This record gives sequence, C-alpha cells and structure tokens, in this order.
Amino acid sequence: MLVDDKYFLGVDVGSVSTNMVLLRPDNTVKEALYLRTQGRPMQIIQEGIKLLRSKIGKSAEIMGVGATGSARQLAATLLGADVVKNEITAHAVAASRVNPQVQTILEIGGQDSKIIILRDGVVSDFAMNTVCAAGTGSFLDQQASRLGIKIEEFGPLAIEAKNPVRIAGRCSVFAESDMIHKQQLGHSLPDILAGLCQAMVRNYLNNVGKNKDIKGPIFFQGGVAANPGICKAFEEELGQPIIVPENYDVMGALGAAYLAQEKVGSRPGNRTRFRGLDLGETHFQAKSFDCTGCANRCEVVEITQDGRSLARWGDRCGKWSVAGAADTAISGLEQKVEQRGA
Amino acid sequence: MKVTFPHMGNAWIVIQTLFESLNVDVVVPPFNSKRTLNLGTKLSPESACLPLKLNLGNYLEAANAGADTIVITGGIGPCRFGYYGEVERQILWDAGYNYEVVTLEPPDGSLAGLAKRIRFLAGRKNSWAKILKAMRFAYLKSVALDRVEDLIHAARPRLSHPLYTEKLYESAKQRLAQTMTEKGVQDAVRWVQETIRERQEGLNSMNEGSNKPLRIGIVGEIYTILDPFSSVGIEEELGRLGVEVDRSIYLSGWVGSHIFRGIAPGYRSIRSYPRHAKPFLPHFVGGHGLETVGAAVKFAREGYDGIIQIFPLSCMPEIVAASVLPKVQETYKIPIMTLIVDEHTGHAGIQTRLEAYVDLLERPRLLRESIQTREGVLGVGG
Repeated sequence: MLVDDKYFLGVDVGSVSTNMVLLRPDNTVKEALYLRTQGRPMQIIQEGIKLLRSKIGKSAEIMGVGATGSARQLAATLLGADVVKNEITAHAVAASRVNPQVQTILEIGGQDSKIIILRDGVVSDFAMNTVCAAGTGSFLDQQASRLGIKIEEFGPLAIEAKNPVRIAGRCSVFAESDMIHKQQLGHSLPDILAGLCQAMVRNYLNNVGKNKDIKGPIFFQGGVAANPGICKAFEEELGQPIIVPENYDVMGALGAAYLAQEKVGSRPGNRTRFRGLDLGETHFQAKSFDCTGCANRCEVVEITQDGRSLARWGDRCGKWSVAGAADTAISGLEQKVEQRGA
Repeated sequence: MKVTFPHMGNAWIVIQTLFESLNVDVVVPPFNSKRTLNLGTKLSPESACLPLKLNLGNYLEAANAGADTIVITGGIGPCRFGYYGEVERQILWDAGYNYEVVTLEPPDGSLAGLAKRIRFLAGRKNSWAKILKAMRFAYLKSVALDRVEDLIHAARPRLSHPLYTEKLYESAKQRLAQTMTEKGVQDAVRWVQETIRERQEGLNSMNEGSNKPLRIGIVGEIYTILDPFSSVGIEEELGRLGVEVDRSIYLSGWVGSHIFRGIAPGYRSIRSYPRHAKPFLPHFVGGHGLETVGAAVKFAREGYDGIIQIFPLSCMPEIVAASVLPKVQETYKIPIMTLIVDEHTGHAGIQTRLEAYVDLLERPRLLRESIQTREGVLGVGG
C-alpha cells in the first residue's frame, strides 16, 4: 500500500485556469484539479495545494514536481519544481503517453491556441496563434455571458442547430457585431452558436493550422474541448473523427507530471526539490521594479516567502536573476548536463 | 554639422568609426530601447514596419544630443526600406524637426549622385584618397565585428555562465569601437578567440563528455536579425538554451554586396544564396526574401538541426519567403519556425516558442539516448 501514497505533481498555470494533477507511479491519475486563475496565480497555486492536501493521506509523499503554462516560472519558484517546461512539450508528452499513435493535437486554451504535429511520438512541428486571440476560450466565455447562458450550456445548445448561420470569425470584435446582427434578424440561438463554432474552427485552421499536415488520430485538448459544438465543427471541417481524451482539460498539468516522473524517476538517487505540502500556509509576496542599469530598462520581478527572497526574473542580462536563487534557470542547465551525461 | 544615423545591431561601431576617421562630428543615438520604440511608434503610421518606428525613435533621441543631419542607406526594389529616408524626412519635418537627410543608395547608372552625397557628408577638407581609406578601415572593422559576433554564437552554448559570455561580448565590442588601428582590430579578435579557448579548456577538464550543441540557422529580414532589440534577444536566448546559432546575413556581408557591389565579399558572403534558392524561388522578390530562402536551403544542406525565420510584421519580401519555406522544410526534412515581431511583441511569447522549438529538436535525441542507456544496463545485467 506504500506505493499508493507516492505521487508526481504536475501544475499548469495558464491565463484562465490553473490545473493540478497528482499522478501515481503506475501512470494513473489520482486527482485532477481545474481552478480558475482569476488573475491571482500565487494565491490559486496555494489554494490548489491546500485542496490536494485535504484529498490525500497524511503519509502521502510527493516524489517530483513539474510546472508548465504561462506562469510556469512563478509556479516553479513557489513549489520548488524539478522540471519547468513550456506548454507545447507538456501537451505533447501527455497526449503521446495517453495514446502513442497520436499524430495531431489541437489545443485551445484561455488565451492561446496551438497545433502540435507529432510523428512517432515526437513533436515534428507546431504553431501558436501569433497576433490574434480570436476564437480562444476567453472569447467564448465572453459571448456566453453576453447571451446569458452558462459556458457549459454553449456546446450542447450549438449541436441542436438545424441551419448554422455564417459568422465572420476573423476578428472577435467583428464576430461579435455579426452575431448581434444575426440575432436581430431573428435567427435562433442554437443556429447562431453553431455558426460561431464553425467560424472559430475556420479561423483556427486558417491561422494556426495553416500549412500543417493534419493526420489522425487527432486529439483535441484544452478547456475549449469541453464544448461539443466546437468538436462537431472540427469533425465537419476536417472530415475525420476528433478524440477528446479523458483528462482533456488538464493535459498540460498531466504532461508536466509525466516530465517530473521522467526527470526524477530516471535515477534512483534523485530527490525532489518540492517545498512541501504545507506551503499553502506560508506567505508569498511579489514585487517588481524597473532596473536602471542599462537602456533595456527591464522590469524585474522578485518573489519573497515570509520576507525571504526566493527568486528574481525579468532581466535580460541575468544580473538580478543570477544574484537571486535562480532555481529555474540553473535547474534547466543542470538538467541538460545530467541528461547528456547519462 | 552633426551627423546621426539609425541603429541596427552593431552597425553603430562601424559608422562611428567611418565618420570619426574623417573628423566629422557624429552622434551615436542611445541604444534601441522601449523608450526609442515608444517615441518612434507615436510618429509612425501603424502599418509601417518595425524598422521605421525604431529609426524615428533613434532620430528623436539623437536630436536631444544636437544631431542635425541623418545618414541612412536607401535601396532599390520592392522593399519599403528603400524610401524610408525620404518618408522619415517628411515625418520629422511635420513633427517639427529640421533634419537634413542624406540617403546613400547603390549607384543606378551614374556614380555622380552618390559621390556628391559622400562629398557633402565628408566636407571639403577630406581628399578622396582619405575617404576611401576610411571606408576601407571601417569595412575591416565590420568584418572583425562579425567574426567576434560569430565567435560569441559558438561560445554561448559552450561556456557555462551566460553572464560571462555576454560580458566578454560587451568588452570586445568596446575594444573594437575604440581602436583606430588595423593592429588593434586584429588584436581584439584574437583576444576574444583566446579568452574563449582558455575558458573552454578550464571547463573541459572539469566536465568531460560535453556533447555537440544543437545548431540553428537564423534567416529573415536583415534589420530584425541583425538587431537584438528587434528580435527580442533571440540569439542570446537560444545560446542560453544550449544552441549554437548562425545567421544568414552579417553586417559586412550585406555592406559588401549592397554598397561595394560585391567587390569585397564581407563576412559570410551572401553571394551564393540566389543559387541555393533557385529550385524554390528563381527570382528577386525584394528585400532579402531570396537570401532567406537561399540561406535556409544552405543551412539545411549543411546539416543544421533547425531554421528560424524572423521578420517584422507586414514585411512583404519575407512573407513571400515564408510561403516558400514549407517546401524547403518538406524537401530537407528540417523544422522551420517563423517568428514575426512588431512593437507589441512580448518576451514571454517568444520565450515559449523558442523553448518548445528547442525541445522539438532535442527530445528525439534525448529519448534515443535514454533508450540506449537502458539497453546498455540490460546488457550488463543479462
């Protein structure tokens, strides 16, 4: 029974949601949390850890921690992560562990969307939305609340549509005014929602999916994959079935947990740098200042725990981050040296 | 007359040297910064490309230091940069800056126009012999600078401490900026070479089995690839991620073909690129679109692990190149990533893409290695 009490923790702190996954050493998921970031990543990370602690036994042990998402550096500092990886690698690792045959991953998150092409379980190409965030989760959220429906109802309503209307999807501002126009003409709500789903999918495939060789099996992950309307629109547009994996909404966190397992589990002597499950009770603070050392004028961020400096980042030259704990930058380097030495 | 000029990476060192050896007063604008970009963006049409915005910012900052004359290179062909000199003159005039603008263009037919402009800048006192000598020295310095830059490219992934390498680069640039003799230029390059070698030897004795770093070729629009502020420090960032970078165009290579019309090839001559590009793009498309495709092909043939294309938003020649590059990617099975930069570009977004891209190149190798070691263990056990 001892084995049951050991976990790898994966944390994905994104713009909209903060996800945490506890992975058992036998690769099954013990706990998955999907929390709203609400612009307060530090507090949410702490709350998440408190929640996880309440769900596992007192003797539970965290063997390794992986962090990803746009606030991965922050998460890694607070938690003492063993691996810090970008979202693309994390999503790809999770998907190929769940199904090694996967060749394409469509991922739509809160504020970014990406496509990842895998061949033989390895990323061969990827793209992220560049200058535009139209068609991401935040926009769908916003439209749902404007129409007075819950985001959970959005998809089921959209698939009831009989005659989806055509909506301009290139820009979310124009999409909104086009939707209002269609509404005022008297089109039904499901038809408008289905039209919006189709517009979002067209926009995604034209921007992010441009020039990409989309082959099946196709995984659809990220929060937006909960929306069956978007799934249906993808299937129609691509003419192929879309698979939404079981843990679609926490795949980034799951990937981070797998990466932690890879890193810490690769050698028996490796010990985690995790700060412990009681970090939910300590006091973290972030402050920032403009460095005046040169013309770059970098905005430097400093994280302190109970008044003690944990890390600094944001500077280009490394003057501040090297002076601070710089766990993450150096761990990346160590990792490389270790892996190469192996 | 106080001459100023727009920044483009290390070009300031060369231009400053050229004017100083002719005893012309020169104002080096403050380095490109967020402030420069903000100042320039205010005056620029929104759809203009990033270089115009930075150029204008440079002039405004130089005006505070008393500059009254701008020298900028022009160009022929479809790239907008060719007429930026004139556009900038008018924008500055409207904004109340009374700048004289001298555009140096490659001679089209007669050399007289170019000669007249050079004479205007150099003044009456300098003989043509002296002007040519100054140009030759500036050119030598430019080649030396490019060599140093490329040495740093190689040093970044190999020396352990990133801050150390950047400091070395900074002091090398300072040395090159100050020296006014050919010997001084040569010494500076040699000094960088030796410092790197010593440092590396020290590291090798401590830590054996250093693997060969990944190699990535950077291609794209000249301003954004030469200017680290515009490319959000991509070369430095890749160096920190353990990658050795090379670039399609270096300053002296461009000067060699653009201004000296190929009489002097410069560092990493760009002359062979059209030939390499031919199967994919057989003709000139403006700017350095053709060079981008040619360099990508050349890097691919030389066995580079990856290629990154960078250009400013709305750059037409590079958009043409970007639509050809997937063919190169397919033919040579080399991953090519395109990054587009403008005044809204965030550091975090670029960072994520670079990390993911380096992972893409590196993970197959790491996975292969870990499988091999496991087999090795099994072999011993069995």
